[in-house]
Amino acid sequence: MTTGDGRIELVDLCKRYGSGPLVVDHVNIDIAPGEFLTLLGPSGSGKTTTLNMIAGFTDITSGAIRLGGSDVAPLPPHRRDFGMVFQNYALFPHMTVAQNVAFPLRERKVPKPEIARRVEETLRLVDLAGMGGRRPHELSGGQQQRVALARAVVFSPSVLLLDEPLSALDRKLRQSLQQEIKRLHQELKLTFVFVTHDQDEAMSLSDRIAVFNAGRVERIGTPAELYRDPGTRFVAGFLGESNLFTGRLRPGGVYEWAGHKWAVRDADGVPAERDLVVRPERLRLAAAPADVPEDANSVQAKVTGLYFQGTHLRAELDYGDGTTGCAVLPPDSVTGIAAGSGVTAYWRPEHQVLVTPPADPHPNEENA
Amino acid sequence: MKARLWLKIVAVLVGLFLTVPTLVVIPMSFSSSQTFQFPPSGWSLQWYENLFTSPAWSTAIRNSLQVALVTTVLATTLGTAAALGLNRLTPRVRGVATGFLLSPIIIPNILIALVIFSAFLRLSLNGTLIGIAIAHTALALPFVVIAVTARLQGMDAALQRAGSSLGAGPFSVFRKITLPLALPGVLSGAILAFVTSFDEVVLALFLQSPSTLTLPVQMFNSVTVQIDPTISAASSVMVLLVSVPILLAQVIGARRGKAGRQ
Amino acid sequence: MPASTQPVDAPPPAAAPAPQPGPRTAARRRRVAALLLLLPACVALFLFFVLPLLNIVVGSFTDPEPGLGNYVALFTDGYTLAVLGRTLLVALVVTLAGLLLGYPYAYMMTLAGPTTRAVMVTVVLVPFWTSMMARNFAWMVLIQDGGVLQKLFGLVGLDGVTLLGTTTGVALSMTQVLLPFMVLPLFSVMQQIDHRLLLAGQSLGASRLSAFRKVYLPLSLPGVVSGASLVFVLALGFYVTPALLGSPQHALIAQVISVRTRELLDFGGAGALGVLILIVTLIALAASRRLAGAGSAVAAHAVAAGGDR
Repeated sequence: MTTGDGRIELVDLCKRYGSGPLVVDHVNIDIAPGEFLTLLGPSGSGKTTTLNMIAGFTDITSGAIRLGGSDVAPLPPHRRDFGMVFQNYALFPHMTVAQNVAFPLRERKVPKPEIARRVEETLRLVDLAGMGGRRPHELSGGQQQRVALARAVVFSPSVLLLDEPLSALDRKLRQSLQQEIKRLHQELKLTFVFVTHDQDEAMSLSDRIAVFNAGRVERIGTPAELYRDPGTRFVAGFLGESNLFTGRLRPGGVYEWAGHKWAVRDADGVPAERDLVVRPERLRLAAAPADVPEDANSVQAKVTGLYFQGTHLRAELDYGDGTTGCAVLPPDSVTGIAAGSGVTAYWRPEHQVLVTPPADPHPNEENA
Repeated sequence: MKARLWLKIVAVLVGLFLTVPTLVVIPMSFSSSQTFQFPPSGWSLQWYENLFTSPAWSTAIRNSLQVALVTTVLATTLGTAAALGLNRLTPRVRGVATGFLLSPIIIPNILIALVIFSAFLRLSLNGTLIGIAIAHTALALPFVVIAVTARLQGMDAALQRAGSSLGAGPFSVFRKITLPLALPGVLSGAILAFVTSFDEVVLALFLQSPSTLTLPVQMFNSVTVQIDPTISAASSVMVLLVSVPILLAQVIGARRGKAGRQ
Repeated sequence: MPASTQPVDAPPPAAAPAPQPGPRTAARRRRVAALLLLLPACVALFLFFVLPLLNIVVGSFTDPEPGLGNYVALFTDGYTLAVLGRTLLVALVVTLAGLLLGYPYAYMMTLAGPTTRAVMVTVVLVPFWTSMMARNFAWMVLIQDGGVLQKLFGLVGLDGVTLLGTTTGVALSMTQVLLPFMVLPLFSVMQQIDHRLLLAGQSLGASRLSAFRKVYLPLSLPGVVSGASLVFVLALGFYVTPALLGSPQHALIAQVISVRTRELLDFGGAGALGVLILIVTLIALAASRRLAGAGSAVAAHAVAAGGDR
């Protein structure tokens, strides 16, 4: 039982239940050894099913999964040599903490003194030294999850699968455990495959994120790449906040929305249906149109709310035509702007990005 | 509060109604008379002596124990396996299978007795202890299934997956994770099976023969066939044997409150 | 690695025929294991219970000769109908009495403190687990001629009240014997009713009695239906009490079935009677399922965990 170096390849992976729709739709992901990859998406997007297929708990309908280069389809879960952490910890209630952590070592027939040593070492790694004699129900949620982590890594697998491990915890606990997980990843250098629906979590922990939507991977990239260049409307909306305008890209580097014409750099001149996205921190507000720089793209907006949030000011904006958005501004930039007032929102063209809207169910004359 | 007072009075009366009549057997068991006269006119330990020394009664006790033990082993094994199997089925199929396994509970015992009597007649199982044990197993099976299923349902489904992910094969998962966690359910199912068999009257009555009388049947005959006050000693023993553990269990449970496991 | 996007609007590649993995797929393994585990119990039940049951049911229509002869005989022999009527009456009386006694007791159980409740639960469980024979014997002793109850009645001026061998005596003892089967389902439902709902009702202007009637009572109905249907069904087929405390002249159905089966070996006739009881039982269960929700009827039987021992 081996996964070798921790490389995982998902090749054209599909899952269908009975004769229903594809729940996992031709997923292709190549995970490098030691990488921290997050499967991110809303519930029902197929990310957990994909994880379960990697683990072997769910059968593959078509496609292949290779761990360390070899196809794992014929292998049952207990022979695939990965560690797994579950949302509800899944600690064995009838065993002590030490027995829980020792379990995988005993299954692998590791000699007793060695087991004791490794258990102690791993418990120390997760900051639970000395808790070996306790029972799971005596521990707090955060502690239980750390036991689960210890148990999943004590036998030195090359891959660690994490199924929304922090969803059951409250916010503060979640943040401290996020740091734990990050630290573990750096120390152990295992491949981490992490499933979550929380985009903040995904962005702060991952080397790369695969964004799932309705069974397909819409986009994979580093957090920075995905944030700067979401690629699709779904990813733009799911990852971070955005000001999204649904208009058209016209020939000659012009973007048109509700009568506005905005400059687009590096356009290839091909007209297309695209959305224009500006991140809130890239927006500036001007009380009067005259204060807007020459080379900026701008739009009229009404401030529907202004909130002081300590480190920044948040302005909720209504652009008319049913489009709303927000701006995140330095805390002392409130001159002449109040809730209810009209402003001009502007941004530099290099700070905008174009994304693809969802596919039209009736493909039309795209490039007319 | 007037309503509360009435409520308490009624509850106490009902409680007395539930317990006092049965308690009659205890003084009866010390009666020196050869009839069922109550209150007893004299006192003696003869019936206890008879209970444990007379061949008829001691054989009946032995028969009941044997049958109950066989029933317990059979029903617990079959029932636990069935409950484990049910756990792995899809919900729709599980519903049907569960209904099938629980069907003996719904059928009135007298009908079951009639049915098994006619069947065993043909199979020459009438009048045999093993026949009674088989019949009791059919009766006890649903209770074991219910007890074990209840326990399994309270178990986190992820535990077995966790075991798999940690390298335990299916048999190892069963032995080290599923079974230990299901054990309380298995045990309580076994106890239920034992009591169901040990106390069962109707089927044992139908399937009886002079050499295969169980204790309840012996008691039945000692009222209807030939008056034998030993039944009061037998009754007292059974009442006390059962009451004490139950009372203890309840009081301990009440004192521990909800802090206990699960 | 540069970010990549799957072409969202590209047509999906032609679906390759799914390679069917061998019998070692997770789902298939589970199913095989499940079936293997279920097999022994199902086979045993089928052989020793279902088959004989079907046999008897069919036999009631074919033994001694095909047709409804057995059933017609039941309704025309001038005897069975009386027995059926008597049995139904007794079952109804026992159920009602059980309800009148059991409801306040169960309600009190929910209000009691932990120790008192432990005692109250013991009081209900002990008869439940104690020998059925012992309890029936005790009643026999109490209601026999010259017994305690007769003397008590004599004290209040009613002389010579005979209970042993009468339907009344049978009904009285059956009520006590079956009372736990009423209290337990009632209690298990009542236990889950939040008392604060009553307080909420009162805060909204209902009087104590009104709040009870309009809030608590309806919520306790599933328990009432469970307990009542359980007791009714048990009472219908009850054998021990009528056999010990009743008389052949005032027999209940179970006694008739017993005689037909063991003494007359008339499986056809007995079978017909059994089928009748079965039908009434199933109707009662279906009605209770409709009134109190699926599962509660069988759950009540399960709570009984002992049936008619």
